[in-house]
Amino acid sequence: MAAFEPILTRIVGMENSHTLAVFEGAGGYQALKKGLKEFSQTELTDEVKASQLRGRGGAGFPAGVKWGFLPSQEANPGPRYLVCNADESEPGTFKDRVILRDNPHLLLEGCILSSYALQANHCFIYIRGEYPEEAIILEKAVEEARAAGYLGKNILGSGFDLDIIVHRGAGAYICGEETALLESLEGKRGYPRIKPPFPAVVGLYGRPTVINNVETLACVPSIIERGAEWFASIGPEKNTGPKLFCVSGHVERPGTYEGPMGMPLREVIEDLCGGVWKGRKLKAVIPGGSSTPVLTAEEAMAVNMDFDALASVGSMLGSAAVIVLDETVDIVAAAANLMRFYHHESCGQCTPCREGTGWLEKILHRFEQGQGRAGEIEDMQDICDNIAFKTVCPLGDAARMPLEAFLQKFRGEFEARIAAGAGGSR
Amino acid sequence: MFSEEITQEVDAIVTRYPEAKSALLPLLHLIQREKGWVSPEGMKWAAERLDLSPAHVEGVVTFYSMYFTKPVGRNVIQLCRTLSCDIRGAQSIRKMIQDKLGIAPGETSSDEKFSLIEVECIGACGTAPAMMIGDSLHENLTPELVGALLDKVED
Repeated sequence: MAAFEPILTRIVGMENSHTLAVFEGAGGYQALKKGLKEFSQTELTDEVKASQLRGRGGAGFPAGVKWGFLPSQEANPGPRYLVCNADESEPGTFKDRVILRDNPHLLLEGCILSSYALQANHCFIYIRGEYPEEAIILEKAVEEARAAGYLGKNILGSGFDLDIIVHRGAGAYICGEETALLESLEGKRGYPRIKPPFPAVVGLYGRPTVINNVETLACVPSIIERGAEWFASIGPEKNTGPKLFCVSGHVERPGTYEGPMGMPLREVIEDLCGGVWKGRKLKAVIPGGSSTPVLTAEEAMAVNMDFDALASVGSMLGSAAVIVLDETVDIVAAAANLMRFYHHESCGQCTPCREGTGWLEKILHRFEQGQGRAGEIEDMQDICDNIAFKTVCPLGDAARMPLEAFLQKFRGEFEARIAAGAGGSR
Repeated sequence: MFSEEITQEVDAIVTRYPEAKSALLPLLHLIQREKGWVSPEGMKWAAERLDLSPAHVEGVVTFYSMYFTKPVGRNVIQLCRTLSCDIRGAQSIRKMIQDKLGIAPGETSSDEKFSLIEVECIGACGTAPAMMIGDSLHENLTPELVGALLDKVED
């Protein structure tokens, strides 16, 4: 296999990589010129389909297929929208920040090409409220692109018009869920919508809408420039292309790294990040953001970082946010910390999630204090069962899935907090 | 409620969107930037400007954690407490700030220079522990660094 060549972070590290001059100097916006000249809208969608690019936001749905769900102008005439999801809020996730801060024009180029394919004349970039500096960088990049004729009316003489609007969120994890994001973009509370109808049919302002993650859209220019076949040659079958891995926790060199999809997790931790810090032993790894079921050290050292490989061991690639836990970590405290997060972020719309995450947080907090009660491990499992698949959106499942894995794989640590016997009876 | 200059900025924000109601979050950010928090008067003003009900606007303001519905200090410290920061020492940073400023999370210093808020994941997990002071991100914190940092914050 040829040595991996970074695509998404190729210019990251260069001085002023966020500016148009540096981006263009490194070959930026060539894909846009090629795309608008050589591809029809349908051909562009077909190329993305052929690349097998899967959504980088967490679910891994094929991007080209998602685009294909949009009804034709004949079937549903009127405006349609592209929304870029830059609301990355899943604990452990900071991969999109690198693109937003250091390579914003790559994202814009991807947004323009994708909007062209979708015949959208408005594209919104919904960026989390906690990234104010990145929002300013992005707005400046939009202005630069507009001045250069890459945005606005009749882009590069193609007859295609596009405006990109950078829209700041205001601190709500739930708005990363695509229908909550649309509600928020419409100036409302971020309550997820019941699906169907899916956003491809009834989205922003009731119009057909595609929502894609930052990293997904940033992959599009390279697909157009170098071809679907080249893109699909990176990584295992159906798990193609470059991937950003953002690693936090107990490694020597945490950070965002780009590698081929399917890279062994062992190599991510040991080669890219310098291994577990302070010479300590590995205890566990959360492979794809806090919602993804934890892996034991043994499982982590044997798995590859792609959608299907992680699914085959009962976890998920998610946002490829690797959280490394060394031997000193208290698993009960980690579970309690994450459950507090989910309870805090539950939008409150569905009872099983709103109440269930609160009950679980309270129980886990007592366990953390050594005051678990006999039978409460079973109680927690029961609460998880009553959340599972019973809510409008996946937040409830995102909360109970990791807890179930903690309870199953590190049961002894929970039992020890009961054995202490200070919690009294139920 | 606002100067001519700000009013123009507001108009530019509202006309940017295909539908004006989308301008609510940006207008609330603007109110908070100008006034420090989103007061009942601010909510009423936003509701009138966008032809929304005051109840709708209040519902939105209280849904999002970044809008302050009470006055806060001139510098708001948002310290991350979620897992990746927690396991890299966020609690020692919180203790340092509490001791130095004499305020607990949720409180404002008596000179109104600082407010401290513990927040959930701010997307700086690779440089944990991390916090924001106003709009600025501060990473790879140690108690010593935070002490020096707080001394340098201008009023």
